[in-house]
Amino acid sequence: MQTTSKDGLRSRWAAGVIPYKEMGYWRPDYEPESSDILAAFRITPQAGVDPEEAAAAVAGESSTATWTVVWTDRLTAHENYQGKAYRVDPVPNSDPPQFIAYIAYKLDLFEEGSIANLTSSIIGNVFGFKAIKALRLEDMRLPREYLKTFQGAPHGIVNEREMLNKYGRPLLGATTKPKLGLSPRNYGRVVYEALRGGLDFVKDDENINSQPFNRWRERYLYCMEAVHRSMAQTGEIKGHYLNVTAASMEQMYERADFAKELGSVIVMIDLTIGYTAMQSMSNWARKNSMLLHLHRAGHATFSRQKSHGVSFRVLAKWCRMLGVDHIHAGTVVGKLEGDPNSIKGYYDTLREDFVPKNPVTGIYFDQDWAHLPAVMPVASGGIHAGQMHQLLHYLGEDVVLQFGGGTIGHPMGVAAGATANRVAVEAMIQARNEGRNYLKEGKEILQRAARWSPELRSALEVWGDVAFDYESTDVPDAIEMPTPVI
Amino acid sequence: MVHKGLRITQGTFSYLPDLTDEETKAEIQYGIDNGWAPSVEFTSDPHPRNVYWEMWGMPMFDLKDAAAALYEVKRCREAFPNSYIRVSLYNSKLTKQTTALQFIVNRPAYEPGFRLDRQESTDRIVRYTLHAYALDRPEGERYRDA
Repeated sequence: MQTTSKDGLRSRWAAGVIPYKEMGYWRPDYEPESSDILAAFRITPQAGVDPEEAAAAVAGESSTATWTVVWTDRLTAHENYQGKAYRVDPVPNSDPPQFIAYIAYKLDLFEEGSIANLTSSIIGNVFGFKAIKALRLEDMRLPREYLKTFQGAPHGIVNEREMLNKYGRPLLGATTKPKLGLSPRNYGRVVYEALRGGLDFVKDDENINSQPFNRWRERYLYCMEAVHRSMAQTGEIKGHYLNVTAASMEQMYERADFAKELGSVIVMIDLTIGYTAMQSMSNWARKNSMLLHLHRAGHATFSRQKSHGVSFRVLAKWCRMLGVDHIHAGTVVGKLEGDPNSIKGYYDTLREDFVPKNPVTGIYFDQDWAHLPAVMPVASGGIHAGQMHQLLHYLGEDVVLQFGGGTIGHPMGVAAGATANRVAVEAMIQARNEGRNYLKEGKEILQRAARWSPELRSALEVWGDVAFDYESTDVPDAIEMPTPVI
Repeated sequence: MVHKGLRITQGTFSYLPDLTDEETKAEIQYGIDNGWAPSVEFTSDPHPRNVYWEMWGMPMFDLKDAAAALYEVKRCREAFPNSYIRVSLYNSKLTKQTTALQFIVNRPAYEPGFRLDRQESTDRIVRYTLHAYALDRPEGERYRDA
């Protein structure tokens, strides 16, 4: 890193390399405008690098800067286009030292309605920058002016519930298991049993696309037979998330069109298809009145480590903007990563219209969603009926609870597993609504329902004591100790 | 073997034993305490995409005591004992403006259920239609006791 020039102003346009701080990217006096996009980065500078200079470098490299002075800046109103680092806070007790840098970007820097453009700007080049050891995008504030260039979820929670005719309780789902290997006909059997037993949805897993043993067209035919049969058995609307993830948009459209033709209410995509492909599928889903489920396949490669990458809360914001109806967002009590406070932050980000800054839940900025539709979070991975009180307490009622093993592994069969979950959720909602302290009395409430439900009784006998107690790797700085799950 | 048979499982509490009047009242009161308006609807057509059930009067927007709503449930039951009757709690709050809770409080003594009609097409495509047996009788007869 270059030494600080004493006469920064005069040398600003001299050919050569000067610190980013002196090129206008460090602006401690700057007061962000309500229309600015704001970003909070966790920066771990290389040893000896001044944190303000590191923040300025991040601001510069994520906006107009290159490594040296260019006279062509003077052909522009360059100050408008420069990212402005306006605040740097040290992270308490961090070793090596970390800093939270706040950077403001003018709206002109971004193309309307394009997450691809937003991400190319904010995380495009800067994460490999040598002067920083590690960099993490912790949070973003998206202004109303910008949000209004997106349509968001094709349907959102309100319209999804009205479409499905299901209110007042978490929706229930399961992922077909084993996720690979079943022939389409056997696969459809699992779907049918789970739906007729009481689940609302069954799901393709992220990696079932169109393998030799289970080609997509065959799978769709059998799954939709299962969906319609279960509807006739229950009088309820049911769905199976048909995964349309494929190698090209043409193939995805072909698969989605076929799902529509067979009468499915929902299709599914994986995060691995990319932001633009997701946004195209969102447009398709809106145009065709189909729900869109997003499996966040691959997210933990960049969201899990606290020092480097992109926080899931930012990914959740991007997905709410580009428009999905469902997104996997963690379980708190299951087998996958999830600190309760962080997960509350994610769920709030997906579901609320206004999310206030809250260091406890890891939210760095007030976020006004400008009535962009709410997205249904999906909790999946190692959860079972015996945790229903905890799931309802931590995740609330606008959520899809996915019990894969917890349905299909039931000793009395798949349908019984589904029934156990449905009885458990309805009993817990009833107890909550009657004013019971359902978190404290949860086990007792379940045991009471198990007296008349052999399916639930059997589920509690098998899984009642299964828990996954590991510390989370990604917790907000405000929390010194991981929050124990009650 | 788990089979709910012909019991239609729409609504929030269909997998529980039928709610008693006291339990129904507690659910309505929970909604009222949240600022939601109760309403009573009935139908003879249980198709899951039959959105517009007949309204038993208007939603009770300013109700404070669930007893009055339970009274309307009972009156509706007396008038249409062989129909499906549901209670909805409606949340008119900005960003919600939708039903918050909905559950069945009356069923026909006999629920005939559905037939799945398959219209077979080319390439093994099947077009499915859910046929409610209840609709085989003309509407005027459906509200009579079975």
